[in-house]
Amino acid sequence: MENEPIILLEHVTVTYQDLVALEDVSLSVPPGAFLAIIGPNGAGKTTLLKTILGLLRPVRGTVRVFGKAPWELDGRRQRIGYVPQVMSVDLNFPVRAGEVVLMGRYGRIGLFRRPSAADRQAALRAMERVGIADLADRPIARLSGGQRQRVFLARALANEPDLLLLDEPTTGVDVAATESLYELLRGLHDEGITILVVSHDVGVVAAYVDMVACVNRRLVAHGRPDEVGGNVLSCMYGPEAMLFGHGPVSHMVVVPSGSSESPQVSPPESR
Amino acid sequence: MLELLSYTFMQRALIAGALIGALCAVIGVYVVLKGLSFIGAGIAHASFGGVALGFLLGVNPVLTAVVFCLLTAWGIGLVSRKGQIKEDTAVGIFFASTMALGILLIGLMRGYNVDLFGYLFGSILAVTPQDVWVTIGLGAAVLGVVGLLFKELLFITFDPEMAEVTGVPAGKLYFLLLSLIAVTVVVSIKVVGIILVSALIVTPAAAAYQLTEDFRRMMALSVVFGVGSTVGGLLLSYWLNTASGATIVLLATLAFFVAAMCSPRRRRRPALQRV
Repeated sequence: MENEPIILLEHVTVTYQDLVALEDVSLSVPPGAFLAIIGPNGAGKTTLLKTILGLLRPVRGTVRVFGKAPWELDGRRQRIGYVPQVMSVDLNFPVRAGEVVLMGRYGRIGLFRRPSAADRQAALRAMERVGIADLADRPIARLSGGQRQRVFLARALANEPDLLLLDEPTTGVDVAATESLYELLRGLHDEGITILVVSHDVGVVAAYVDMVACVNRRLVAHGRPDEVGGNVLSCMYGPEAMLFGHGPVSHMVVVPSGSSESPQVSPPESR
Repeated sequence: MLELLSYTFMQRALIAGALIGALCAVIGVYVVLKGLSFIGAGIAHASFGGVALGFLLGVNPVLTAVVFCLLTAWGIGLVSRKGQIKEDTAVGIFFASTMALGILLIGLMRGYNVDLFGYLFGSILAVTPQDVWVTIGLGAAVLGVVGLLFKELLFITFDPEMAEVTGVPAGKLYFLLLSLIAVTVVVSIKVVGIILVSALIVTPAAAAYQLTEDFRRMMALSVVFGVGSTVGGLLLSYWLNTASGATIVLLATLAFFVAAMCSPRRRRRPALQRV
């Protein structure tokens, strides 16, 4: 029972508005894992998260979260903490950070009931854990990108989840805030929370996680960060991607396979 | 002033106006924040078909309008949830077709058109005691539901996907919200009329949005603007001898522009773009 995977996907195909977003993906996430799902934009990473959350249903294959189909989780739903992309909400919405964090418990509280002292304490603990307790009364419109991201993380933690899913948590966040967020996730992982983070930022993620799964509609590679290595590049940019030195920083040049178009130059990698 | 209040028709108009001003202001907060303004307008126009049907059948038009508006609201919700037609396209189709149905039904009757005109543009000074009771009853029902599901309605307005994920029935609550909008529209058409009711829902909430970044405060301010516009507009229209529904809406619009000019959101904008 203990070693049963928390998330299990078997030959999962998901279509989204008539397009195949994920094809024949099989993935098993054991308890205590810290897994990054990486891939280029539009590769189906968010679709994969939404499938695990039960927001999308596969057309083929099976999905199990805590041993059940995600849309049949009921009470166990609260064991999943989800941190969506920040841009998925209206950032000028008139609501304070503390209220947003408390929302994480609304499902657990149930309809018609008001939050109890215990609920408020759980929200406060979550805010303390991520270091934003002093921002509780601040409207979300007046938070920096990094602070807002922590509010969303605290909202997920307010439920005291066993599994944490994060979708591009560092979009629009500067380098220092990105690193401190991953430090924080590392700490949460050490406390026993299973973490799955979706990112297109290969460089940063690899330094913190135990496992990398590379998705580009299909699952291209899966393993420890150092094992996946070169496969990651081909996952991100196609089979003919390569690194070579060019001036003071190394550039990556991608030649799309089977086309005679001029090479696309991606932003320089700072390593 | 006191003399004015001694007329029973004026008393009824003020009571109904204040109640509807508050009701529209509360629902308007959700409409504005969730971007449902056009749906509100669409539902309002659908009530025309319902009112016409009521007159044709000899049934209380409020009753037929409620049924009609609820069906329209759910229809729009269903079509847009399926995702095959965009929401505003769905509204555009329902909007015109229910209006056309109303016009068609009126054509089948002869001689009743004066009353219908009152529904189109509002006739608050002709509010009957029965109208006041209907307003109190339906208004209390809508506000009661909002009070009981306050935290859930806030959640699905702010972040419906997260609500769904944490076990809040966001889909069902969305339909409930559409139903609340429909009932609010029908209750309000007597005061400002079908054509202007969506303004009474949207404008006070939009004005309140300019002035605060706290959800409850926005709702309270919206109620102040809503009640102020209906009561103030009503008195103004009496003194200036203008159409009451139009005066109410224009007063609310004036409040909106003043609020927008004083808005701290405007002053903060340059700072936001750094994020």
